[in-house]
Formats: sequence, structure tokens, C-alpha cells
Amino acid sequence: MLSPSAPMTLSMGPSHPATHGIIRINLQLDGERVVDSTVDMGFLHRGFEKMCETHAWNQAIVYTDRLNYVSAMINNIGYCMAVEGLLEIETPPRCQTLRVILSELSRVEDHLTCLAAQVMECGALTAFLYTMKAREYVYELIEMACGARVTTNWTRVGGLSMDVPPDFADAIKARIPSIRIVNDEFNKLLTKNRIFIDRVKDVGCMTKEEAIDWGFTGPLLRATGVPFDVRRDTPYLNYDEFDFEIPIGSNGDVYDRYVIRLFEMEQSLQIIEQALEKLPEGPVNVDDMSITLPAKEDVYGNIEGLINQFKLIMDGHGIKPPPGEYYSAVEAPNGELGFYVVSTGEDKPYKCRCRPPCFPFTAAIPKMIKGHLVSDIVPIFGSINMIGGELDR
Amino acid sequence: MDWFIIIASMVKMLAVIAIVMGLATLLTWVERKQSAVMQDRLGANRADIFGLRIIGLFQPFADAIKMITKEDFVPPFANRFLHTLAPILAFAPVLFVFTVIPLGPPLEIAGRTVTGQIANINIGLLFIFAFGGLAVFGSVLAGWGSNNKYALIAGIRASSQMISYEVCLGLSLVGAIMIYGTLDMTEMVIGQSGHWFGWLPRWGLFMQPLAALLFLPAAIAENKRIPFDLPECESEILGYFVEYSGLRAGMFMFAEFVEIIFVAALFTVVFLGGWLVPWLAWDGFHFPWGGMWYLPIWIVKMLEFAAMFIKIAFMIYFMILIRWTLPRFRYDQLMRLGWKYLLPLAMLNLVVTGVVLVLLR
Repeated sequence: MLSPSAPMTLSMGPSHPATHGIIRINLQLDGERVVDSTVDMGFLHRGFEKMCETHAWNQAIVYTDRLNYVSAMINNIGYCMAVEGLLEIETPPRCQTLRVILSELSRVEDHLTCLAAQVMECGALTAFLYTMKAREYVYELIEMACGARVTTNWTRVGGLSMDVPPDFADAIKARIPSIRIVNDEFNKLLTKNRIFIDRVKDVGCMTKEEAIDWGFTGPLLRATGVPFDVRRDTPYLNYDEFDFEIPIGSNGDVYDRYVIRLFEMEQSLQIIEQALEKLPEGPVNVDDMSITLPAKEDVYGNIEGLINQFKLIMDGHGIKPPPGEYYSAVEAPNGELGFYVVSTGEDKPYKCRCRPPCFPFTAAIPKMIKGHLVSDIVPIFGSINMIGGELDR
Repeated sequence: MDWFIIIASMVKMLAVIAIVMGLATLLTWVERKQSAVMQDRLGANRADIFGLRIIGLFQPFADAIKMITKEDFVPPFANRFLHTLAPILAFAPVLFVFTVIPLGPPLEIAGRTVTGQIANINIGLLFIFAFGGLAVFGSVLAGWGSNNKYALIAGIRASSQMISYEVCLGLSLVGAIMIYGTLDMTEMVIGQSGHWFGWLPRWGLFMQPLAALLFLPAAIAENKRIPFDLPECESEILGYFVEYSGLRAGMFMFAEFVEIIFVAALFTVVFLGGWLVPWLAWDGFHFPWGGMWYLPIWIVKMLEFAAMFIKIAFMIYFMILIRWTLPRFRYDQLMRLGWKYLLPLAMLNLVVTGVVLVLLR
């Protein structure tokens, strides 16, 4: 028999409509108010880091697709940049600009998905389907670049698996206006919608100090007013050549995160437009036979190419970075996505550690939802954009 | 007992059940199709009979067959009696209230007047509230009898929401009752005949604009649809019918569709002049610019039936439009809206109506 003051335990998840990606939040409820909660994560643990240790450097790229499967491209790029740092090589300019373009496309895709899921759980299913339409446009472009939609596996250490088709730039230019139209529709439906604002304003607040203490990065940190963006603070690729703004919020609540994501999509589209203007010609891979695979006609056409292919593909051969360790971070849609790689001179990583940006957010869920109602959990959870593959690795 | 009345009532009963159930069945498709149009989708267009599709109109049959053939599952931890009772209690009252809603004008048959509702009782609106209020038991017992924490929260939400908004729903209609001076639904429609300035119909919408504005959200909240679908909230607490499957779950859904028709019909009768067509009298159209268009009486009656259903269809369209446009409220915001905004405004409306009525006397 429960006494009237005893809190009710409610297990939200692991299979619950709002906990997409699998996670369990154990709630202690007083009526509908959350008194206390614990987050139970790890349902999607696949051992990414351990798997990397048994695979050649290039073979781990396919696993990075599955980290944040909504913006797989950025994961590919982040991992390859860490390995390239170990090798102390710099990719050709065309590769860098293409990586920027595809990074920003992925950011648009990720933000669209996050916003869509967030508002859908507030009941706005129509807005969700509008953004899904826009995401489809982005998927078409990504498919054009690498042949796959979700699991891209597009980059290679030292460059890209393939160059983009010649009409890629025109396809993007043709698609950007329709993405903008969808963003506008979405904006009109919700941003000034009183019901939506009431749902998300002053919900899940974090202060600057708290956000930094918890290790927040990305839109959630910027929502609290800290203008930290890896693209600006430690520029990688050729981001320093582009002109873009970094939106910051003031309240650190779900609404600020929502507005920042909406604003960042527009900034990403502008970066893409700038990058398309100055997309250089040239190779997309470094000119180094110990890193880049030879062209297929060489492999099948002459013995040098065949041996080169053999030396890069066979077990125990392949890319062998000098012993050392390297950490590099990219600005993923969720925040700082870091890869820490250690090499002992083998053809496999000795250690490959991924810093998932949504891990600190998920860890902070109990803090963010404390004192709120059950209904508030859903927009808060939607705003942190938890991706199971990245969180549990 | 008069055989004429018995036969007329039987015919009306069959007609009302056929119309309401038919419309509700159709609505399951309309809702899907309209949402699909709004969301740039194709919508339900797959169900076919021998390759014949007709833009998916067979979808309701497919849904019905699916629901009937699903396993009728009662969770072992549920209270079997309450679990079985709840869908019935949710469905029966919303069908019952159609007894007093006139779906058409009174007809003169064999020298007698046959009204458009099944039972022409003089407490029509009170009857509606009495039976409409019973529907809350369906939701609460579904939540309670399922013995599931999510369903329990949803059931509690449903009870507080429906009871709160019933107050507002009732008060918003009291103003209309004061003006028409009757609770009988047929009398109410007749009370809205005539025109102001010769052209503006004397509909409840124009006599009681605030009441109409308050009635609609309260009615949608009674119906538990977005933006007031907190007892369902499929992304938060999964709804009070989370432990139901097959036809039992279907009954909750079907009750919702019947209730859409009910709200639309009630709004039409009280605020949109029921079957009245602007400028149409018993002998034809009297245009405000002075023309006349004589029509035989049976065409006038047909027009009035058509007007009633066009108005109901418009209200249904409007409610589906809202359903697929807005996000939902939070529970405390919903309560605040009901008690702090809608209820005081409804009372203000009563006071103003009363004062105006006294001054006009």
C-alpha cells in the first residue's frame, strides 16, 4: 500500500515512442511532477571502439557511419581527420571544400531531423512531415555524392572514396531554394505559435556555468550564451575561409535550442553556397601511394598498381601511421565530435576513442527534467537530439 | 400508442444510426486523406476490391476487417470487468446524444409534424450534457481498469480535463439558451430564423459570437483531440487505451469520430442555424436585393437537409484542420486555459447576454 506522499516509479523506455534511439529514464513522480530520475543508457552498445582495434584504419570508417546515423558524413570526416593528423598529411583543397559542403549538408539533415522529432512529440505531425520532405532533398544530394543515403562511408584516410559527379554543384544549387521554402513553412507553423512557445519556453533550462560543467557543446551550449563552435574556435578543413554567424541564445531552454538549430540551418546553407562558388578543381586524394588506393585501371592494368593495392589492402599491410596519439574534433550538429586515436605503428588503431557530443546531454537529463512535468520530458528529450548509435557506441 | 409515432420514430432511429455510423466510418478515411493532403502525402489509397480503388475509399472496410480479426486480448493484470466495460461506456453515450440532435427540418407528413430528431424532448440540451458527461467514465475506467501506470496517468488526465471543460462547454451554451429561451433543439433552430438588416442571418454565431468562440475549444477538449489530446498523448503517456487491442481499441477511436460528428452537429444547431439556409423561406429564396425565387416545398426541404450536412461537413473539416496544424498543450496549461480564461469569459458572456436581454425587454 502506497502512502499518499510516496512517489510513483515510472519506467519511461526502453521502448517508448519518445525515446527514439533506445534509452530508459526511470522517473520518480509526484503526481505528474518529476521528483527524481535516473538515466539508463547502453542499450545500443556495439563495441565500436573495441571493433576499431581489430580493423585496419580505413575499415573503421564504415563503423563511424553508425555512430550518428543522421549525419553519418560528419562522423566519417571526423574520424579521417584524426587519422590524417596522425599521419601528418593535409588533404587537397578540393577534398577539403567538398568535405565542408557535405558536412554542412549533413548538419542541415541532422537539424531537420532533430527539429522534426522534437515538434512531432509536441503533437505537430504536419511540421514533422514537412521537414522529412526537406530531409529527403538532402538525402538525394548525399546519394548523388556517394551512392548511399544513410550509411555513407564516403571519406577515406587522405581524401574521399570518390569524387562527386560533375553536375553535383548544380544539383545542390537547384535544391537549396526548396529546402529554404520548407524551413520557412516550418518556421511559420511553429516559431511564433503560442501553444508551441508555451510548451518549450523556460523548459529544461541550463545556465552557462552548468552547461560548461556538464561538458555541453554544440547548440545546447550556445543556447546558454557561450559562443563556442569548433568551426570557429579551432578551425579545421577550410572553414576559416567562409563567412558565417554563430547564433547564441540567452536562456538555455528548449526554445533557444530550437531557434538556434533553425538559424544554423540557414547558416549552413550559406556556407554551402559560398563553398560551391569557390570549389577548386583537382584531385580529391593525397598523392601518396602509401595512403591512397591506386585507380582501378592501374590495379587491373599493370603490376605496380596491383602491388600497390595489395600493399594497402592485405592484412598486416596497409596504412601504418607513425607511433603516437592524436585528438581532433569536428563540429557535429550536436556539438563537438572528437576522435582520439593512438597508433603503435601497426596497420590497426591501438585505441580509437570517440567523444560523442550527446553523451553529456543525456547524462544531464535528470538535472534538466527535475521539477518539470511528464509532458516536459518529451520536448527536453527531443531538444538534446540523443542518437543511440553515438551515445552507446 | 399511436402507430404513426412509433413507425416515424423507428424510421428516424434507423436513419440517424445509419447516417452517424456511416459518416463516422467515412471519417476514418477523411481524416487520413485530409491529413495526407495537408502533409504532401498520398494518404490511404491502397485498399482495393478486385483492383478497384476509388482514391482509397475502401480503406474503412479494410480497417474494420483488420480490427475485427485481431486478437481480443485482455492483459492478465487488468480488471476484466472494468476493462470490458470501458469501451462500451466510451462509445454508447456519444451515440446516445444523437437522440435529441435534429439532423433535418421538421416535415409535414399526413397532416402531422415530424421533427428532425428521434426524441423531441423539451430538455434536449440538458439531455446532451447528462449523457455527454457519461463519456468520461469510459476514459477513466479504461485507464484504471488496465492497471497500467501510463494508462492510469492518462485516465486521470482525461477525467480532470473532461470535467473541467464540461463546465465551460455548458456555460458557453447557457447564453444561447437564454436567447432562444428553450432547451429543445428544434425550437433553437427555429429561433435562429429571420434576418437582421434584411440580409444577415440571425444565427447563433452572430448573436453569441463569444459563446461560439468558447464553445469550439471546449468541445474539442471534450473530444480529446489535438491540441487538447492530453489523455492520448501518444508520444508521452501513450493514452488511456494503451492496453486495448483489436475492436476494443477500435471502439475508442470510433467513439472519437462519432464525437466529432456530434460536436459538429451541435455547433451547427446552436450556432450555425441548423438546417436554415440564408434568405430561404418556406416558399423559396427572398433575396435581400429584392428578387424572389419560388421553389416547391420539397425542394426547399431538400435544400435544408443539404444545408445541415454541408454545415456539419464544414465543421468536421475545420476540426480536422486544427488537428493537423497545432501542437498540443501541456497538462497544466490546459487547466489554466480552461479555468482562468475560458470559464471567466463564458461567465462574462452570460452577464452581458443577461443585461442585453433585460434592456431589450
